[in-house]
Amino acid sequence: MTDDLILQVKNLRTYFTVDEGLVKAVDGVSFDLRKGETLGIVGESGSGKSVTNLSIINLIPSPPGKIVGGEVVFHGKDILKMSPNEIRHLRGNKVSMIFQDPMTSLNPFLKVSTQMIETIVLHQGLDKKAAKEKAIEMLKLAGIPAPEKRIDQYPHQFSGGMRQRVMIAMGLSCNPEILIADEPTSALDVTIQAQILELIQELTRKLGTAVILITHSLGVVAGMCDTLCVMYAGRIIERGKTDEVFEKPLHPYTQGLIHSVPRLDRENKERLYSIQGQPPNVIDLPDCCPFYPRCEKAMDICKKKYPASVGLGNGRAVSCWLYSEGNK
Amino acid sequence: MNDREILLDVQGLKMHFPTGRSILSKNRGFIYAVDGVDFQIRKGETLGLVGESGCGKSTTVRAVAQLYKPTEGHVTLKGQDLTTMSAHDLLAARKNMQMVFQDPYASLNPRMTSGDIIAEPMRIFQQRGLLDMGVQERNERVEHLMERVGLSRFFKNRYPHEFSGGQRQRIGIARALALQPELMLCDEPVSALDVSIQSQILNLFKDLQAEFGLTYLFIAHDLAVIQYISDRVAVMYLGLIIEISGAKDLYKKPLHPYTQALLSAAPIPDPKVEAQRKRIILSGDVPSPDKQRPGCYFYDRCWKRMDVCKAKRPQLKEVDEGHQVACFLYHKPE
Repeated sequence: MTDDLILQVKNLRTYFTVDEGLVKAVDGVSFDLRKGETLGIVGESGSGKSVTNLSIINLIPSPPGKIVGGEVVFHGKDILKMSPNEIRHLRGNKVSMIFQDPMTSLNPFLKVSTQMIETIVLHQGLDKKAAKEKAIEMLKLAGIPAPEKRIDQYPHQFSGGMRQRVMIAMGLSCNPEILIADEPTSALDVTIQAQILELIQELTRKLGTAVILITHSLGVVAGMCDTLCVMYAGRIIERGKTDEVFEKPLHPYTQGLIHSVPRLDRENKERLYSIQGQPPNVIDLPDCCPFYPRCEKAMDICKKKYPASVGLGNGRAVSCWLYSEGNK
Repeated sequence: MNDREILLDVQGLKMHFPTGRSILSKNRGFIYAVDGVDFQIRKGETLGLVGESGCGKSTTVRAVAQLYKPTEGHVTLKGQDLTTMSAHDLLAARKNMQMVFQDPYASLNPRMTSGDIIAEPMRIFQQRGLLDMGVQERNERVEHLMERVGLSRFFKNRYPHEFSGGQRQRIGIARALALQPELMLCDEPVSALDVSIQSQILNLFKDLQAEFGLTYLFIAHDLAVIQYISDRVAVMYLGLIIEISGAKDLYKKPLHPYTQALLSAAPIPDPKVEAQRKRIILSGDVPSPDKQRPGCYFYDRCWKRMDVCKAKRPQLKEVDEGHQVACFLYHKPE
């Protein structure tokens, strides 16, 4: 199993310096990604999911941001220590990314063909003609009708769902080992979301690509991911196999999150469970459990010290004093 | 619930927006955003409106609120037709009909304090002589409203940027409650909120309804949210209501192929359920509402289409008690 390991994130810390103080956007995140695995990262706005993934491919704008510690080991090499040239060969090639809003991540002035061919020529050393053929083939795989014609159109001539298909085709055109999808369907309608999720699942399975899927939707995670990390205030507070986490969530935040979503397949006539209070202000967060002001099971120690991650076997881990030895 | 009085009656509502490029061109096109919608809401009831972007749900609500002047049709609130009223009468009628918007960042004036924002409807009605309330009383009401929606009264001198998204939505709700309306028009009020905050706000809506007997017209694109909050649900597609029924009924027994697809596409937060579900994946996108079609608007994407669907448009007809659907699978074309 360890041979399949393609990415190891170890104690990653990314801080932003703003006028009001220090924002520890990502503060000690660790996880492993194996070949062909789909890993979900869920959390609410500001929990650090996107910053985690931008840090993985070293795309943090600096200043104000800075990766202050940790390692991102990709096939035995630390991405964070790579030269700009090395990392350029990685991005869009071995590790590619698709974003939430395809309109802002495609260049509106360039034809789709230009944008796709550029990537393929750069990373695969094909000539332009062969690259265009490859691009058309990818668009076809991504379910775009008449790709020979549409490839010469501009991004605004595509609908939202179609644009996201273009992004996926582009992201997968160099056979990446890892596809990072940052809220790929949040801007799309339900029926289109279903199309796009199915496409990502089908294509990455076919190509054996590992996926890191960032989302705030528990429903999307439930349907797509093998493993799951739950983030809160810059840390992973719980992780494990998706079925196990949903069946028996351990951290009070995960429990609250799962119970506070209304479900289509149930009659939700009783009141919804809701987590009290507001998400924490992440500026100058003290070294306590960030969830304790909202936690129903908070204890004295939660206010004093952040709980270390407790491994429970089978990839399951939780950061909560309820499960830490010697917490009494 | 059927014996309660009808609070809002919408008949043949149409809202067409012209799209001509030149003022000289005569053949201006139209966007048929809402193209003939009928529904009623009884007192104390919640009608949920679902559909994908561009289906006309927001336009419907705005046309009901008379924020747009409807192209055709009638909107009757408590027996008064809003579409034919004078501006002054309309303002008076709006006392019974207030709106909560989607984006709590865009719908609050950043230069007003939260207290002023909540007081503003009362201040305006006072100025026009439609409300008799002293300053002292108004201030007390603002504080009371803030506490009621879960904000501390000590926050009334703060500005919107000092609040989080969920708190801002509470301010928006307090403002809508200020005039003690009977009908609240809620345009995606929880869509911009995080999961943990969304459930707080949904519960607040339910509590307020129980306490004040409010009636809601509630828009959301999240089907699970709609199911939770609604008594009845109307499904819209391309400017038309294609199915309307009791919430329970609709989720148990969706009739229209589009409703079936919509329900099957919505993800359920449970990996076990997800693994066993069969999805109906619709091909293609929602077409643009820039032309009126003779047949069923869903024809191009429907997997159960028949020849008749292309030529004739099915009307909304009752096929079960309280369950109306516009589809030829359930009633023969005339």
